[in-house]
Amino acid sequence: MFIFEKKLEFPIKITKPDARLAKIMLEQYGGGDGEWGAAMRYLSQRFTMVTPEAKATLNDIATEELAHEEMMGTIFYQLTRGLTKQQIIDAGLDAYYVNHGLGVYPCSAAGVPFSASALQSKGDPISDLYEDLAADAAHL
Amino acid sequence: MEQEMMNQEMMNQEMLLQKLMELDFIAVDLGLYLNTHPTETEAINAYNQIIEAADTLRIKYERLYGPLCSFRSYAADTQNWQWKNNPWPWEAIANPSLAGKECR
Repeated sequence: MFIFEKKLEFPIKITKPDARLAKIMLEQYGGGDGEWGAAMRYLSQRFTMVTPEAKATLNDIATEELAHEEMMGTIFYQLTRGLTKQQIIDAGLDAYYVNHGLGVYPCSAAGVPFSASALQSKGDPISDLYEDLAADAAHL
Repeated sequence: MEQEMMNQEMMNQEMLLQKLMELDFIAVDLGLYLNTHPTETEAINAYNQIIEAADTLRIKYERLYGPLCSFRSYAADTQNWQWKNNPWPWEAIANPSLAGKECR
């Protein structure tokens, strides 16, 4: 069960739109190793995790990744408020725009829609934890 | 004058929200730490202190500015379901500014 809190985990207050940065930020939202992927990965893997410590950790970081997903969506949303047509074209956000407008869609920076094929859940704790390292620790 | 009072009110809300966000952030991290260090009494006590401080602030914030939690917060206004009200968290206006408070 999840409770929604009507506030972000960390405040985001963007004062200036930036189409190029918005496009880059999409990777962390809906890219293969983005926050949606991380949340889905841990939420799925926790069911077959073996020790209380590891179950609690996967459960709680999955929950936190959902808060990060919300933050990444917020960053994209705020970065794209008030963009002009020319700014969208100059930054190469036009290919995204023709499909999604300035809606927030889970895809990578290159426009590939988010897919569960980017993650794994094998029912084996060691395999799953290594998969987590590959996905989430790679950009640490 | 009225505008000044409104600005002051927004400032109070922003400060209260920021303080609450800070406490909740600490609680999240302490909780994660304790998942893998479950017998550290010092950390458990710190966790309890933060939860208590955050609860006190949350109650104060919600009484003044509306509910924060889905199906956990009281609806203070029985004439109008406040939960739906703007701003939602993704709006810039709902967030405290950290300008000038960057890490160096």
